[in-house]
Amino acid sequence: MSLRRLLVLALPLAFATATLSDRASAFEPSSTECIAPANPGGGWDFTCRQVGKTMQDLGFIPGTMKVTNLAGGSGGVAFAEVVNKRNDDNNLIVAASSATSSRLAQGAYPGGDMGQVRWLASVGADYGIIAVAKDSKFNTLPELFDAIKADPSSIAVSGGSAVGGWDHLKVLIAAKRAGIDKLRQIKYVAFEGGGEAVTQLLAGSVQAFSGDASEAKGFVDSGDIKVLAVLAPERLPGDFSKFPTAKEQGIDAVGANWRGFYAPGGMSDEAYDWWVETIGKTYKSDEWKKTMASNGLAPLDLQGEDFEKFVAESVAEIKELSQEIGIIK
Amino acid sequence: MDALSSLADGFAVALTFQNLLLALLGCFLGTIFGALPGLGPSNGVAILIPLAFTLGLPATPALILLTSVYYGAMYGGRISSILLNIPGDEPALMTTLDGYPMAQQGKAGEALALSGIASFVGSFFATWGLVFLAPQLVKVALLFGPAEYFALFTLAFATLGGIASRNQAKAAFSAALGVGIAMIGVDAQTGVPRFAFGEVHLYDGIDFLVAIVGLFAVSEVFIFLEHRGEEAHAEGASKLVNRVTAPLSMLRKTAGTMGRSTVLGFLAGVLPGAGASLGSFIAYSVEKRVSDRKGTFGKGDPRGVAAPEAGNNAAAGGALVPMLALGVPGSGTTAVLLAMLLALNITPGPLLFQSNPDVVWGLIAALFIGNIILLIMNIPLVSLFVRVLLVPPKYLMPAVAMIAFVGVYGISGSTFDLVVMVLFGLSGWLLRKLDVPLVPVILGVLLGGQMEVNLRRELTISNGDWSALVDSWLSITLWGLAIVGFILPIIVGSFFRTNVGKGRSRESDDPD
Repeated sequence: MSLRRLLVLALPLAFATATLSDRASAFEPSSTECIAPANPGGGWDFTCRQVGKTMQDLGFIPGTMKVTNLAGGSGGVAFAEVVNKRNDDNNLIVAASSATSSRLAQGAYPGGDMGQVRWLASVGADYGIIAVAKDSKFNTLPELFDAIKADPSSIAVSGGSAVGGWDHLKVLIAAKRAGIDKLRQIKYVAFEGGGEAVTQLLAGSVQAFSGDASEAKGFVDSGDIKVLAVLAPERLPGDFSKFPTAKEQGIDAVGANWRGFYAPGGMSDEAYDWWVETIGKTYKSDEWKKTMASNGLAPLDLQGEDFEKFVAESVAEIKELSQEIGIIK
Repeated sequence: MDALSSLADGFAVALTFQNLLLALLGCFLGTIFGALPGLGPSNGVAILIPLAFTLGLPATPALILLTSVYYGAMYGGRISSILLNIPGDEPALMTTLDGYPMAQQGKAGEALALSGIASFVGSFFATWGLVFLAPQLVKVALLFGPAEYFALFTLAFATLGGIASRNQAKAAFSAALGVGIAMIGVDAQTGVPRFAFGEVHLYDGIDFLVAIVGLFAVSEVFIFLEHRGEEAHAEGASKLVNRVTAPLSMLRKTAGTMGRSTVLGFLAGVLPGAGASLGSFIAYSVEKRVSDRKGTFGKGDPRGVAAPEAGNNAAAGGALVPMLALGVPGSGTTAVLLAMLLALNITPGPLLFQSNPDVVWGLIAALFIGNIILLIMNIPLVSLFVRVLLVPPKYLMPAVAMIAFVGVYGISGSTFDLVVMVLFGLSGWLLRKLDVPLVPVILGVLLGGQMEVNLRRELTISNGDWSALVDSWLSITLWGLAIVGFILPIIVGSFFRTNVGKGRSRESDDPD
């Protein structure tokens, strides 16, 4: 009985392994390439280089992965290039993040639509935080939102992205879940990068800060800022574990600045499956866990269809928010 | 004294054979990156990040390599400014104003040597500033909110008049053109693209470097093509003088200039959101106000070379203060360095000096070492650099064009940027024909965008109340300086004109 049961269990497994190796033989990566849609030194560049390096170290790809920087239009230039010129390239992947999905949602890539490319997998996420200065009178997220509800002009929130960008959208997602309906009146001040936005919080120019956990870490450690809420499904590991999530405070908001990859829309199914599997294997490796820990990335383990669904949901949510605040019609 | 003993530890970290070799390599590459139009400090550092990763360098050596490139590029930018009137990068822009006239007068060697020394003075003292003042200076950065930044940029524009031209109206037109160019792209305060005409390439705005390379380098090539074969540059070669060091009298004359410019440049660097370009600009314009009694600035005055070079190198050191102590990049290059730090698992911020003292002090020691290497490397190389002037333009200009194209394409990988660069080259050619100075265009692009953004930030915070702009003693002071800086030259200038005019009427053509 037990043997039979084992066989029943083992059979599909053996079959699965067989198909996996079949697939692997069906697509052999040759000279792989990763497009970073920004200048060297940024987040997308980092995603390409680190993932490429890890894959090479683990022997998943032959040789090194070529990293091409194709900057412009907040990723729009690279998106258009992939859709128009490199649609059937099986060896190509492109770094993406929540900035990509928000630009797609807002139609900021002219003629671009998320269905034109294939979404591969995520390699981690940087969860959002909402913080105030250490001597602020606010101690919980609901307190802050109550003050905004009472008088939206009294609270200015700083963030490192443009209006309609991810730092702004995170505040809106949380505010909406907290029952604020006049999202347009929330005062958001855009700065160049999270560091500048935190500095202006410390300087007293603004009352609250919206950013990613990793960019605020230095100030959290020094005690200069008070984190009101982490916009994650559950508490973050490490130093941030002492901060409550928004969910714990009754505001069911999650803001994950995810990092991941998409591939050309005309990529063959074999190649697509190979990339999904390889990125998944890379994600699960100890090497990548180390990289994630050192870069303040929290887990976000989505591959293939799950990832595609996740991006689609995020695009839909951002579209709705952007319409409410009037960025798109 | 605490700082000194930490610094000694830093030297112990930095003074290994491998690190010295990396510093030497970084300084050399940086000088080249700085000198080549199209490659600036931020690109230079960004290009070498993959190298640091590939070599598998730990944090301190990687930082030593990259900061050497950074300082090296700040040194190198002046070379093409002086020799070819083409700034190698943004901060070297102001050096063209007096550096190129000096070269035309056959003093290229002196200008290069002097600017090398000024660069050394600027960065040397700025590094000491970093050692002793970093924690206190962070508080200065915290005094600057959007209102104060707006006042600061207004101050910069108020002193712009007469910086690069005898014709104020043309300088103002040129700056306005630059401010207009700065408006292109997605507006951060509303998320709406402006003047982009649905062209996705324009959403990120115009890259400063593409504008500079187009306006200066490509337009120079067009001018050459226009004068095909004429002996336009031949006389420059014959004027080449053998002297490749700066005479002592010149150093004595510019010592005060270097001192003042170092302080100003360092302060501009400390403010995140101001940076090295503002540092060299403020240093030059203040120096012109303070010591240009005879109207020799812009005509090859050594002080006009020493001021911006000391200023921009001091700013490069100053910009490391907010980067290390706040995690806020004060310039494009420090933004790239910051990304590198994060990738190496080092979190810049208030605790960095306590949590990673070996990295911080090793880095500061490396700055001193890099600085000295650069001084030693640059002085003998002057005689090599001036030989560029001996190259006949028919070989030099194609090389300039090639470097410009390769440099710009190499960074963004976009042919669109090349088209933009050529368009800038054409407009630069046209503006030169009309005798409109080019420097204010770039200053308009660099400072105008920042000025607008900070005004809009402040008005958002204050709910549209304009009085918020003069709400602190600091902004009032800056406004006061801006007004004085704008009005005083008009009064004093006319006073000098009448005075000097009695003696030498020719000099009075240059209204200050």
